[in-house]
Amino acid sequence: MLASLSRRAILGIYAVIIIVPLTVVGFGSFKSTQELFAGPFSLPQSLSPANYAEVIGGQDLGSSFMNSVFVTAISVPLTLFLASLAGYAISRLKGFMAWAIFGFLVLGMAIPAQANMVPLYVLFGRLGLLDSLAGLVLANVVSTLPIAVFILGGFMRTLPKELYEASSIDGTGPWRTYVSIALPLSAPSVAAAAIFLFVIHWNELLYPLLFIQSPGNRTLPLALLSFQGEFQTNYPLLFAGVILASLPVVVAYVFLQRYFVAGITAGASKG
Amino acid sequence: MSTHTKMAAKRKAPDSRTETDAANGRRRSPTRVNPALYLFPLPAVAIIAFFLVMPTLQAFQYAITDWNGFSAAFNYVGLDNFVRAFTKDSLFTNALTNNLKFVLMVVIAQTAFSLVLALLLTKNSRGSILLRALFFFPTILSSVSVAFIWKFIYDPNFGLANAVLDGVGLEALQGSYLGNNAQALYWVAVTQVWFHAGQMMVVYIAGLQAIPRELYEAAEMDGAGKWQQFKSITWPFVAPATSIVVAYTTVQSFKAFDLILGIAGNPPKQSLDILSTRIYSTFANSEFGYAAAQSIIFMAMIALVTWLQRRLLRLTPKGE
Repeated sequence: MLASLSRRAILGIYAVIIIVPLTVVGFGSFKSTQELFAGPFSLPQSLSPANYAEVIGGQDLGSSFMNSVFVTAISVPLTLFLASLAGYAISRLKGFMAWAIFGFLVLGMAIPAQANMVPLYVLFGRLGLLDSLAGLVLANVVSTLPIAVFILGGFMRTLPKELYEASSIDGTGPWRTYVSIALPLSAPSVAAAAIFLFVIHWNELLYPLLFIQSPGNRTLPLALLSFQGEFQTNYPLLFAGVILASLPVVVAYVFLQRYFVAGITAGASKG
Repeated sequence: MSTHTKMAAKRKAPDSRTETDAANGRRRSPTRVNPALYLFPLPAVAIIAFFLVMPTLQAFQYAITDWNGFSAAFNYVGLDNFVRAFTKDSLFTNALTNNLKFVLMVVIAQTAFSLVLALLLTKNSRGSILLRALFFFPTILSSVSVAFIWKFIYDPNFGLANAVLDGVGLEALQGSYLGNNAQALYWVAVTQVWFHAGQMMVVYIAGLQAIPRELYEAAEMDGAGKWQQFKSITWPFVAPATSIVVAYTTVQSFKAFDLILGIAGNPPKQSLDILSTRIYSTFANSEFGYAAAQSIIFMAMIALVTWLQRRLLRLTPKGE
């Protein structure tokens, strides 16, 4: 009795601690500053999208939204493609070579982005990749490739070898086997990795902060950050920005909730 | 009795395994590897080599120079940058201390709290599944968004925390949170736990659901209380999950860069400066050589702490 009561109390209080701030942010994005400060919990007087309009129009958040879409839409599939190619080869090669390639690729998980940001910045400067979206794509791919190989390679190694043997007896080349056997069978782990990468790439801040100079090339998190500098306590405006920046991930989460948990925990438990 | 069977198993197992393995190996090795397979990992290997491994090695080279990032000329200064970091640069040692404090707070709080949540939500009832989804939700937000939300909660004048305390008549507890240098780091730790506890909860739930129900039934019949059951069944069984949670939380909180920058501004004030933000400031200040040295200390720090944890928390299920 007492136990179930305290169980409910803990869960209830934590639920409130999550729901209330998010609701206040949602309501607040439709309020004026005075209205928000007068009563943060009250419903907005009107559902006027003025803050959203100001965020999208006034600043270049609209273009940074498109930049984020572009960078994410290329980084995620590209990382998955490269990682699945490597994972596939690792699952078919034997002995030392498989081990060495896997080890080399996965070792990168131990290198935090801040550790090599100085030389990477210099390298990107020499290659003309600074202040470009292509540079951001490349940085995203590099930083998440190790863990993607870990997830996909780990899964592909559990596929029964007999399938590969059967297909090679049928005379199928490795590429055909990759496309028509290895990839379809790895669909669950590809989906999990895709969601994991989507969250990381969409929310990435360090690389844009390092590499991007012109406002037109900003991605959403970077635009939001510089936003905060300009509108110190204009919380309604910040809230509208927060909601715009979170919208794609939140919508995806509502529909694909189970896969999100699987994806991000695959990253967590193996990262 | 049990020692008998164990010994027997020990004596028997190795021989039988090696025999069949050897036989298998001999039978299987003739399947040839198509050389074209080596082309598949090539793009990934090239990218990692060129953009991750090479720059990391280069960081070691930059670290022993006084390079400013732009001029062609620079000097090799040996270990001066490292000496400077630890002995002459109070900003760096301050960031290092903050970072270690922050990691310690978050690891303890997040591990304990995510385990509590997992214990309360193990059963697959509809309510549990709904709450799990809710508690997991903050994990998918961007750190900048989370930082803004909590900046508002902590705002001393208009913030949510003070408004709530006001509403329930606890004005005495109102504070300036991030404005208070002695406390600021604690409040960011709270934010970090809110951000990621749900994610670690899920790791724990997976561990908890793997425990056979019969063990609890047996324990109950033997008259073991709830605490006794937790101590001798649950805890040993979730040990692997605990090592994952601790290791992951450590790295995550070492790298709380985005959250700090979002909540404290760029550059953050001293009481909230951690290693990654300090490295960034040094870099932004065009001290490339010194920033590289700091980043190597940072990397070594993470490696050291992770290694220490593995040594200290060799958490394996009982009996293995």
